[in-house]
Amino acid sequence: MSDLLRIEGLTIAPRTMPQRLLVNNVSFALEVGKTTCIVGESGSGKSLTALAVMGLLPPALQRQSGSISFQGTELTACSPAQMRALRGKRMGMIFQEPMTSLNPVLNIGYQIGESLSAHLGLSGKALKTRVAALLEQVGIPAERASNYPDELSGGQRQRVMIAMSIACEPSMLIADEPTTALDVTVQAQILALLSELKQRMNMGMLFITHDFGVVADIADDVVVMFRGEVVESGAVADVLGNPSHPYTQALLDCVPDAEGNKTLKPIDYAWLKEAA
Amino acid sequence: MSEPLIVASNLVKIYKQRSGRFGFGSTAIRALDDVSVAVKPGSTLAVVGESGSGKSTLARCLLQLQPLDSGEVRFEGRDLAALSGQELRAARRRLQMVFQDPFASLNPRMKVGEIVGEGLLIHKLGNAAERREKVIRMLHNVGLEASDMEKYPHEFSGGQRQRIGIARALVLEPRLVVCDEPVSALDVSIQAQILLLLKKLQREMALSYLFISHDLRVVRHMADEIAVMRHGRVVEQGGVEQIYREPQQEYTRNLLNSIPGQHRLAH
Repeated sequence: MSDLLRIEGLTIAPRTMPQRLLVNNVSFALEVGKTTCIVGESGSGKSLTALAVMGLLPPALQRQSGSISFQGTELTACSPAQMRALRGKRMGMIFQEPMTSLNPVLNIGYQIGESLSAHLGLSGKALKTRVAALLEQVGIPAERASNYPDELSGGQRQRVMIAMSIACEPSMLIADEPTTALDVTVQAQILALLSELKQRMNMGMLFITHDFGVVADIADDVVVMFRGEVVESGAVADVLGNPSHPYTQALLDCVPDAEGNKTLKPIDYAWLKEAA
Repeated sequence: MSEPLIVASNLVKIYKQRSGRFGFGSTAIRALDDVSVAVKPGSTLAVVGESGSGKSTLARCLLQLQPLDSGEVRFEGRDLAALSGQELRAARRRLQMVFQDPFASLNPRMKVGEIVGEGLLIHKLGNAAERREKVIRMLHNVGLEASDMEKYPHEFSGGQRQRIGIARALVLEPRLVVCDEPVSALDVSIQAQILLLLKKLQREMALSYLFISHDLRVVRHMADEIAVMRHGRVVEQGGVEQIYREPQQEYTRNLLNSIPGQHRLAH
């Protein structure tokens, strides 16, 4: 299989504290049409890694070294204008909070259409038809295009976000905790929708989550991050079924199961240091 | 089986929401619609449901933090609504609450010792030395140090703050603790620590929990009994084993089916 995205030795630190590595020598790949999940606790560097791929690191942070290659393009060598041309067109993005990611004073049809007119130059009737088709694709009736974000539920807003992110049929979708703020039944619907779209469009997905249940459902490959470093990566069945790193095992031991058979074991960080 | 510690019967709570043009109209929302639940001594009743199902309203109404439109809450055999202000305050000592957000629920301008000791002061329990003693013992019980008394909440992580919130509730030696999504703001590793702590304290102090959560994996681990809420109603209730094994209602089946980790979507 060919790599859609390949990250090699990515290292990120604050500009003012270059020795404090928030992301330390991270390497992994995402194959065409596959899903790679990055899992880890808060502060593990999973979101920063995704932001670095999109070229959206906060100004206070700096990529010290490493390469990010996407469809043969070295992203770290791209100008801001080149990155803008890529984002929204060849790479789509979805964030955690569907409330704050949408503009409250613009109707959703307009917001979905923005990237279509910016990247593909669509306008008028062609734009309208495409927006309607996208809404239908994510399970929202086309006539709701004139609705504003506050007229939609949380799940519907996340569907709108998905419609926006896939509008230009990107080859890669980056999703940062897209279902964390949603109810379980809505989460299940959104995960099913993402999997179906991914399949149909042969899209690669970089999916960030802290939930191992979600990983088990959607991932092909898993990258486990801890304090800025990749501690383990591989095929989902191997990593979840037979973890090789003590941190992965410890993290799995913290997750209660739906059957209630499992004894929870909190992470003993001191022991972990010795074991690793 | 022993008598339930708290019995809520036919609770109704209606919120009025402004609606229509310029908000001149009003729509009634039945946040609690004929809800009846009971918690047995030393056991945990979990209330599960999606956002807007009325679970937090139920918690607040049980503690009389919000007036009910109808229905009755009997705690240790007495109708809470019939109690005088003073009697209710006394009863509240035995009815405590642990909140969801460990950042918003602690006063940033108070030291941990003051936060945990405030309840003892309000209920005039013991003299200064005895109160201090109790606070220290409670902090040890939740895994914190005596020296933490002099610190402020911002010096602690999310999990440690939740321990402070638990210490504040338990220092009064309550019989029922209402836990409203106590671990949903925490990382899984911290979540496991807090769940185990709550179970340990339940055994040691013979506590009853009303445990509100939207996470059915956490509930499976914590609860003895479970009440499933939807649109202000309890749609199904019973022993946790039985409900997870043989859910009777379509809605409960749907909820259980939505727990991630059961259906492989990738190919």
